[in-house]
Amino acid sequence: MEIKINEMILAIVTLNDTLVSGGGCPVFKAADEEEQQKTSLYLAKILGGMVHDLENGIYLVCRH
Amino acid sequence: MQEYLIVLLTATTAGFLNRIILLRRDYRQYPTYPHGQLTHLALGFIAASLGAVAVVAIAKPDFVAVTFLVLAAQEFREIRNMERETLGKLEENKLITRGTDYIEGIARVFEARNYMVIFTALVTGAVVQILSWPYAFIAGPLAILASLQFMSGKVIGDIAEIQAAKLSFSGSMLKVEDVFIMNVGMPKVREKILREGMGVLIKPKDDNARITLDSPGQRQAIIHDAVAILGTKVDINEPDLMPIVRKQIDQGYLALYIVASEPDLDFLIEIIKRVPVIESSQGAALKAYYGRKAAD
Repeated sequence: MEIKINEMILAIVTLNDTLVSGGGCPVFKAADEEEQQKTSLYLAKILGGMVHDLENGIYLVCRH
Repeated sequence: MQEYLIVLLTATTAGFLNRIILLRRDYRQYPTYPHGQLTHLALGFIAASLGAVAVVAIAKPDFVAVTFLVLAAQEFREIRNMERETLGKLEENKLITRGTDYIEGIARVFEARNYMVIFTALVTGAVVQILSWPYAFIAGPLAILASLQFMSGKVIGDIAEIQAAKLSFSGSMLKVEDVFIMNVGMPKVREKILREGMGVLIKPKDDNARITLDSPGQRQAIIHDAVAILGTKVDINEPDLMPIVRKQIDQGYLALYIVASEPDLDFLIEIIKRVPVIESSQGAALKAYYGRKAAD
């Protein structure tokens, strides 16, 4: 049987790195919104997660 | 021997016929998968002959045989385990699961059906033994009708009103009318959801229905049946379009969100109306004195 951890943040993609610190997952900086969306999409596809938007310039890739 | 032969024959036929009628296969791969059908027909035949032999054993009379038959009937308890195990195993590889409540319900129904078969055979056999064989044509169908009546449970349409609802976004939060569903990050996915998604409100008619709909097992059953017919655009590792049911916590109604392969809202509503009410989820608040008091 396969065991997976759910409800976990896999990656953070941010426009403003002052809003993010520490934590247990990689943080990616993006120059603009277009790059942010692209990076998030790629990460989501690679990691099998879903992209969430905190609406302050931070995108999360989260596994549910 | 000749007289018993007729009893055995008519009773077994009536019981077996009942099993065949109760084993219609439908859109949910329920009652069973194609090869499972043979297993269940075989067990149904055994159940029917048990019921038939019981009549003969009593008529003879051979009470030792009757005791053994009672023991044999215990074997049908295994059917529940068998069905639960099979469906449970299959869950692991499903995109949209049935949920354990639904499986438990199905497994129980399977067990009960065999007892209905025994009952049908018993009644038919007894009538033939006491009266004569032409009465089998009356007793058999009547017993089958009775068991069909007994085995048909409630559906969601009986306990709730189902209405079409509008999907919208407030910022990145997806909403069905006033119920928050989830946060969707990607603007493209939001557009897709607004374009192809469907929303439905399921409003319970009374307090019993509200408790039934609260149960996550019941909600999963609704999702499973909707997806089993309309399909879903969910794929492995692509959770964005996962169908979700959430509750409006103050009013107690449910909101369903789904992105189906066949986006047809009218049919979605009809499908939800026909979802069985899961036995183990059924609310019974109004049966309690204080439940009735609190309800008004």
